[in-house]
Amino acid sequence: MAAEIAVERRIDSSKRRLIVEAAIVLAIALFFILVVPLLLSDFRLNLMGRFLALAIVALGIDLIWGFTGLLSLGHGIFFTLGGYAIAMYIKLQIPESASSRLPEFMSLYGVTELPWFWKPFYSFPFTALAVVLIPGILAGLLGYVIFRNRIRGVYFSILTQAATIIFFNFFNGQQKLFNGTNGLTDFQTIFGAKVNSPGTQYTFYILTIIVLVFAYALCRWLTSGRFGRLLVAIRDDESRVRFTGYDPTGFKVLVFAISGALAGLSGAFFTLQTGIISPNSMNIAFSIEMVIWVAVGGRASLVGAILGALVVNFAKSLLSEKFPDIWLFFQGGLFLLVVMFLPDGIIGWLRTRGKDLFRAATGRKRIMTYPSLEEDPEVEYERKNLGD
Amino acid sequence: MSEKILEIENLTVSFDGFKALNNLNFSLNTGELRVIIGPNGAGKTTFLDIITGKTKPTEGNVRFKGKNLRPYSEHQIARMGVGRKFQTPRVYLNLTPRENLELACNRFKNVFSTLFRKPPTAERRTIGGLLETIGLARKADMKANLLSHGEKQWLEIGMLVAQSPDLLLVDEPVAGLTDEETELTGELLVSLSKSHSIIVIEHDMEFVRQIAQGQVTVLHQGSVLCEGHFDEVQSDPRVIEVYLGHEVDHDQPIDLQQAALQE
Repeated sequence: MAAEIAVERRIDSSKRRLIVEAAIVLAIALFFILVVPLLLSDFRLNLMGRFLALAIVALGIDLIWGFTGLLSLGHGIFFTLGGYAIAMYIKLQIPESASSRLPEFMSLYGVTELPWFWKPFYSFPFTALAVVLIPGILAGLLGYVIFRNRIRGVYFSILTQAATIIFFNFFNGQQKLFNGTNGLTDFQTIFGAKVNSPGTQYTFYILTIIVLVFAYALCRWLTSGRFGRLLVAIRDDESRVRFTGYDPTGFKVLVFAISGALAGLSGAFFTLQTGIISPNSMNIAFSIEMVIWVAVGGRASLVGAILGALVVNFAKSLLSEKFPDIWLFFQGGLFLLVVMFLPDGIIGWLRTRGKDLFRAATGRKRIMTYPSLEEDPEVEYERKNLGD
Repeated sequence: MSEKILEIENLTVSFDGFKALNNLNFSLNTGELRVIIGPNGAGKTTFLDIITGKTKPTEGNVRFKGKNLRPYSEHQIARMGVGRKFQTPRVYLNLTPRENLELACNRFKNVFSTLFRKPPTAERRTIGGLLETIGLARKADMKANLLSHGEKQWLEIGMLVAQSPDLLLVDEPVAGLTDEETELTGELLVSLSKSHSIIVIEHDMEFVRQIAQGQVTVLHQGSVLCEGHFDEVQSDPRVIEVYLGHEVDHDQPIDLQQAALQE
């Protein structure tokens, strides 16, 4: 009986915590939508929008790496595919007055008829699905082949890198189909509105935030509950999971597919706000950067992934404006610093050392003991009831 | 004679020509608690690897409840009702004991039911009871990496039980435990043997004496050297020989535990 009441109470309190969390997330989202635009110039606001879009792929990386322990160095592929999908839709919004019914680069390379796979991108619903499904399905297939054969650890990372190179070379080489190395750019209109006008850009900014909130909610749902705990179990001891009767393959494929789909979304919103997508974002370096954001923010923490993407990218844009030559060194240094001194990233630091500093500042002292004592309910009970 | 839950016929496993198991025959009755002993390198762990599907036999077959296990992979065999406890406790250190048990207790282990199905109340109650049994009720919600070695061992046994397997494979459950914990573990295993078939692999002879009610199997160089009651086995000159590694004076009985100590 007592046990049941305890269970009920735990459910109640976790429900309340969930409501509080949802309220906080909404408040932050509203702050970004309503207040931040007043504080930043149009230029900075556009950057903020881009970085918020990048935060979506950071969530994806966190899901597959932070929680499931699979270091993917190929998310650039999924990101870029999402970007190309939306860009192809916009490139087909050709004004009536134009001389050619084809995107301008095609006539340049002597293409006379629209390639068949471009045609579905006349439809916006198809494009919207393609942004999510093409990268998601590709990741699922790739993951299925890799995980079924029990390829793990560093071999998985290498394979994802190899895939990146293949896709990069493919897109880079297809002038007639994708405008090769220049990528798709020079966007004109979307739904009749000018893509580059401040109003449209502000709409993209708001949409990015809404999608980011949904992505966060999705990841939060996946990583809490039994499914999320199983991901952690796979990360920590995969063969134990097998002997408990679970087949890790399906779980890993699903998470990799979701992670790829998030990357696709991210790429689409990033493309809308940068006005260009090119094979460059399939560079291995970019995929590695994504991992760095998550490492800096804090692995296995969703808030950390978002924070990491924003902090690193803002640092990047500020530093590369001031000292264009040293940004890369700084990024390398930052990564080394995090690995050596903040193994759990910014969030990890806040949870441990930061909490202590806060306590010290507010005058609430705390006895330092072994963590096992801190968590041991018997010790805590004695401490409370028998005094120090 | 009751039904056989596990039958192993002419089992050979070779790794690059080295025969870890050599023409091994073994069978276990439903509801039996069997202890397997043997010197280091006798093939005890390989034996468990074969049953659980981690390693596939080179020759011979393993039948569990009459079914040949060769085509099945680890998770399928686990779902059929074979639970395994590892030598070093393997629990998920970043999860709490309660979460560890929840994962093991889940009846529907495919992707979508794990994602969408809410754990039923009955399951939660089972877990509450199990936490009491393994003495972790008060530590149910702290991370498992803060538990002591003995507590982890117990948690893993709890996970095994939560899986509700028909056959429990337990690899050295008392390695690194205090005498008192060893005693309690023995009692736990004996009480579990009332409702499960169990194979225990163990080095600690005192512990074997405590739990071995029936047959004890001695493995040596990948085959069964002898089987019998603990006292018989203990005084079998062949057993003493493999434990000591040389001929012994057959007129002078040697305590096997002494032999194990000298190992």
